[in-house]
Amino acid sequence: MTALLPRRGLAQILALIVILAVDRVVSPQFFDLRLQDGRLFGSLIDVLNRGTPVALLSLGMVLVIATRGIDLSVGAIMAISGAIAASLADSHSMAVVLAAALGAGLVCGLWNGFLVSVLGMQPIVATLILMVAGRGIAQLITEGRIVTFSSPDLVWLGNGSILGVPVPVAIALGMLVLTGAVVRGSALGLLIEATGGNARASELAGVGTRAMILAVYVWCGICAALAGVIAAADIMGADANNAGLWLELDAILAVVIGGTSLFGGRFSLVLAVLGALIIQTMNTGILLSGYPPEFNLLVKAVVVLAVLLLQSPKLSGVANVATRLRRTKA
Amino acid sequence: MTLKALFAASAATALLLALPANAAELTIGFSQIGSESGWRAAETSVSKQEAAKRKFNLKIADAQQKQENQIKAIRSFIAQNVDAIFLAPVVSTGWDSVLKEAKEAKIPVVLLDRDIDPSGKELYLTAVTSDSVHEGEVAGEWLAKTVGAKACNVVELQGTVGASVAANRKKGFDTAIAKHANLKVVRSQTGDFTRAKGKEVMESFIKAEGGGKNICAVYAHNDDMMVGAIQAMKEAGLKPGKDILTVSIDAVPDIFKAMVAGEANATVELTPNMAGPAFDVVAAFKEKGTVPPKWIQTESRLLTAADNPQKEYDGKKGLGY
Repeated sequence: MTALLPRRGLAQILALIVILAVDRVVSPQFFDLRLQDGRLFGSLIDVLNRGTPVALLSLGMVLVIATRGIDLSVGAIMAISGAIAASLADSHSMAVVLAAALGAGLVCGLWNGFLVSVLGMQPIVATLILMVAGRGIAQLITEGRIVTFSSPDLVWLGNGSILGVPVPVAIALGMLVLTGAVVRGSALGLLIEATGGNARASELAGVGTRAMILAVYVWCGICAALAGVIAAADIMGADANNAGLWLELDAILAVVIGGTSLFGGRFSLVLAVLGALIIQTMNTGILLSGYPPEFNLLVKAVVVLAVLLLQSPKLSGVANVATRLRRTKA
Repeated sequence: MTLKALFAASAATALLLALPANAAELTIGFSQIGSESGWRAAETSVSKQEAAKRKFNLKIADAQQKQENQIKAIRSFIAQNVDAIFLAPVVSTGWDSVLKEAKEAKIPVVLLDRDIDPSGKELYLTAVTSDSVHEGEVAGEWLAKTVGAKACNVVELQGTVGASVAANRKKGFDTAIAKHANLKVVRSQTGDFTRAKGKEVMESFIKAEGGGKNICAVYAHNDDMMVGAIQAMKEAGLKPGKDILTVSIDAVPDIFKAMVAGEANATVELTPNMAGPAFDVVAAFKEKGTVPPKWIQTESRLLTAADNPQKEYDGKKGLGY
């Protein structure tokens, strides 16, 4: 019963193990791995690979949420950066393509951050603007069609491998390490948590809360842009209508599953990424199970509910009382 | 995009107005839904081409996915006293009053691509639409014929759950293969009509079916999902089009690219030319008073690698898909 104590990370790891076990039951070859054209191949790799966009989004989202904000525009930013990358891929060098796509994410993040920190708008409303307008911008860039490309450099970003590991997975891992090093290697993480915990008190204590808020939205925009480039590279085309559609909700869910409160304050990057993996492990399991698609969302809802219940302090309190009662009886 | 289309449309209109008046020349107002998909854009460009071919004057109003804009457009067409109105209805209900106004003005209305609420049958001349159940049947029949007597496990990429097109294309395919005991759909999942989901779902199908060895064919409810599935097969070291047969629906340019590369086998066309038959019906109605049947079904052409995919690709790539 100690497993139910709210020790950080235990509930998430437990949930991941349980879902992996269920996946193994519905699909006996789940843990099989082999090399295919120099790239690891198997359902586990699919989980990591398909989980990459949401994992990248959650890296930015968790910081935004830690400041008591929220960013609904990440899916739209994915569509914009993917559209830009796909439009430029065949005519420009990889450096230009990446700079333009990530630069667009940076500008989008600046816009969100400006609305929230300088103009003091409610984050949910401020980012809703770009959520709606951003997809329109992406559609303008692609002229409403799916823009395809064949640039091998960009395709490699989606389908290549480094020592057998798919490039998107390596990128997500690199971003996790980089973000972790920056926010936890310095006092930055603490300042972000302080901003989310109590902005006014932090401001009075000398924390540059406005700069913090601006910075987290910019980082969120860049992460989303990177996710968008990878999503476009994966299908060798930019689909402005569907790229990143509803992924902002998955990213928020990943952060919440990772134990970060929507009311800001303490956050964990690793657990947010773990949250993204939990979601994808479940999605891949559903696809492998062979159930009719009508059940997809229902299964997802039940699993998410179970994972969140596992983390609920009230519930683990009840469990603790029950254990204590049983002990006193014995 | 919209602006560009508007400019192009007004330029085309100006050009047509400048032409010497033809005895058979008709002015037709077309209330188009908007630019919701590549197919819709192609339908608009083909409508313009077909009008130019017949020297008809076509006025296109883009409704931006809003019914009130379509109703406004129809009222404005009535005020301009056009010869006929084409309507691609964004929803199936709520058309009664505006269609009655058109009927009172004696302007025939032809529905394109989508039908409306059956209560309004007498309010329009005819509907030119594709039969999505039939599209599924054509796909299933092609597969049955190609496979012959060999046992064949089919995996299916469905469209969005709840979309009527997806349900119909599934029904048609199931009906066609029900007559062949050797064909069996072993897995069926939704790919939401998108490339990314088509790829993800196909990846899981391949893993679940012995690395793809147990799969003989893929049926996708649209070409975009198939394009994604083809990538998934290639990444798994399989040869789409050879190891695993492919059949999908829509006939968008990129599926012909895959056919040229030998990676796709067949597609069933959802023709973007709904306006062509509608023009002919209106011309016959205006000149001879011929009343057409209430439903004109467009042809669901089967196109395979043997049907010169390069030519199809060249013909379609400029249409705005």
